Amino acid sequence: MGLTFPLLATVTWLAALGAVALRRPVYAALSLVVALLGLAAIFLTLEAQFLGMVQILVYVGAVVVLVVFVIQFTRNDEVPLTGLAFRPVSLGVGIAVLVTGGLIACIAGTPEWAVKPPEGPPPGMRQIGEGLMGVYVPALEAMGVLLTVALIGAVLIAMRGRSTSLH
Amino acid sequence: MVPLDQYLLLSALLFGIGLAGVLTRRNGIIVLIGVELMLNAANLNFIAFWRHRADTGAADGLLFAMFAIGVAAAEVAVGLALIIALYRARRSVNLDEAKELKG
Repeated sequence: MGLTFPLLATVTWLAALGAVALRRPVYAALSLVVALLGLAAIFLTLEAQFLGMVQILVYVGAVVVLVVFVIQFTRNDEVPLTGLAFRPVSLGVGIAVLVTGGLIACIAGTPEWAVKPPEGPPPGMRQIGEGLMGVYVPALEAMGVLLTVALIGAVLIAMRGRSTSLH
Repeated sequence: MVPLDQYLLLSALLFGIGLAGVLTRRNGIIVLIGVELMLNAANLNFIAFWRHRADTGAADGLLFAMFAIGVAAAEVAVGLALIIALYRARRSVNLDEAKELKG
């Protein structure tokens, strides 16, 4: 176990840094793939195997593919590489560093966590299925409606631009 | 097992990276990638707290993270459709182009 987590954490963090810092969007998307795979592996170290697989299927399989499609549909080379949106850039980075520093101070300032890792194995597929089909049925139904609405909305938003440009 | 606070530290650092990306980049696609990173940091917290909970019976934290992934998938679909619409109108994914409501 010893080195697994530090190694995964380092790779994930560096890949996340690349995902937002790289100039070309395609490289950023590929760096995001590495970060998401690293996170899936970290989920595996937490014995959340099912969520690790969901992470790979949904994020790497669907979200990143969608991002890459949009990168191909749009011409990104004319986005100016200098003069970033939040001017000056140091202000945006400073805000992020402040927020992160506050979070880390809170984590480091907590003397003792009331939660302890249990001895036995974590809940498995059976508990996940019972949860989805039992207590969380309303949430599951709402998720289905949300995804349908989002799908229709995304198609409508993307199509409306075309119909107005035809007139 | 790795202590809980190390997972929380990694999550905080990932959140900071995502926030810095959202605040400083002007390419809409990269801004969405930053939002995804922040959502993933929150998911890592859910899973870490779930695994380190004393009561092992339920899969609550796991299911919460799954629903968060579902919401994130819906969000990225709508966000990318908006970027496509912006690109159709302006021929650019530069978020500074969408400033007609600016006072």
